[in-house]
Amino acid sequence: MTARSFDLAVVGGGLVGAAVAWGAARTGARVVVLDEGDIAFRASRGNFALVWVQSKGMGMPEYAAWTVASSEAWAGFADELGRESGIDVAHRRPGGFHLALSDAELQARADNLKRLHNQPAMQRYPYEILDRERVRGMLPEIGPEVVGGSFCPLDGHTNSLKLLRALHTALARAGTPYLARHAVETILPRGGGGFRLLSSGGTIEAARVALCAGNGNARLAPMLGLSVPVRPQRGQIVVTERVQPFLHHPVVTVRQTDEGSVMLGDSLEETGFDTATGLGVTGTIANRAVRLFPRLARVNVVRTWAALRVMTPDGFPIYEESTSHPGAFVATCHSGVTLAANHARLVGPTIAAGRLPAETFAPFSARRFDVPQAA
Amino acid sequence: MFRRLPDAPPATATILVDGRAVRAVPGESVAAALLANGIVACRTTPVSGAARGPYCLMGVCFECLATIDGEPNRQTCLVLVRDGLRIETQSGARGLGP
Repeated sequence: MTARSFDLAVVGGGLVGAAVAWGAARTGARVVVLDEGDIAFRASRGNFALVWVQSKGMGMPEYAAWTVASSEAWAGFADELGRESGIDVAHRRPGGFHLALSDAELQARADNLKRLHNQPAMQRYPYEILDRERVRGMLPEIGPEVVGGSFCPLDGHTNSLKLLRALHTALARAGTPYLARHAVETILPRGGGGFRLLSSGGTIEAARVALCAGNGNARLAPMLGLSVPVRPQRGQIVVTERVQPFLHHPVVTVRQTDEGSVMLGDSLEETGFDTATGLGVTGTIANRAVRLFPRLARVNVVRTWAALRVMTPDGFPIYEESTSHPGAFVATCHSGVTLAANHARLVGPTIAAGRLPAETFAPFSARRFDVPQAA
Repeated sequence: MFRRLPDAPPATATILVDGRAVRAVPGESVAAALLANGIVACRTTPVSGAARGPYCLMGVCFECLATIDGEPNRQTCLVLVRDGLRIETQSGARGLGP
């Protein structure tokens, strides 16, 4: 039996895989996407859909710069994707808030952002610490406990379900096969170059392979001489019925979607591969949201869910080519929405070209974890 | 489209639908009262603006939403008729409320 052969096999059809695949396919490469299908732990269908900048990059200024670049590229990316897919992903960039419910919280927030921006080599971006009255001018529904907040004009949000659908539609229109029920079990280097991917749905051959399988990358990477120490980190989300627009800026824990639903979130738990929800966390999420916006108390909750972030030890992405298996790449992060523009415009095309330029990607190598722990 | 069974109890209650008095059977669901009075659409959807009316009549489809005594997005199939209930049909998404 002859396996189907491609220039690039992307393992994983979530937001990261779909964006990388679309970016690669647009360069003319013959790309295939292998995906577990609907049984996958799909962070892309459970995330909070922020395109977020403020507070990112503490400990790695290059990540702040990478995030700012994606935020800047997002509007153009959304336009292009809209043209090629016919789907408006509802990207907005009105600036976003992190709100504080006490003076101590506000001070801690201001200190954190100051430390972030004081890092050597930090690419600074605009933000402001606003007092209660200035916040209220922009978010009229805040409750009496809100003392102020941080505002970053680069922050925005999108509809991440539409984003995933748009990427898959664009891929299909570009002639890129999406193979569901192709859970990749083994990846073997081929004599003379390239790779064989043995999946539950059959064997595929490709000159290059990009691992974009989220938490699945931890298992697959060692087959290609890579180390990708990612773990699942659970986030729970509460969603309300649709209401008339009242919240015109996303808040890191509360945002109103383009269709009117209000999403409440931002929990994190270390619970392994477990997507259960519970009243302890969802109740806390709801309580805090009502303290921020008291009139939410009268709005009905229609759904709760949990999804699993793809988390590295330091929280930053990994983009790397294998040194032992040239042509094998990994791209993994917990910000598949925020970084989608970079993945489509930079990561996909550079992987298709066979090289991740060191000046951009060297800081994101997983070799940063190969250092002895300090005593 | 709908009519009551011949042995239905008498419609002795009055409810207000968008300010108009209509007759209803005490204890039947508001959804049933709307349908019996020829009111098949009780709202329009927030996203497309399409008309919606009672469908499953058993509390699962959330199509039959209307404002009842000032409370928006009530499931009319789960609220029983009492004399004097005020029903308002809804246009698009509800507001935040008081």
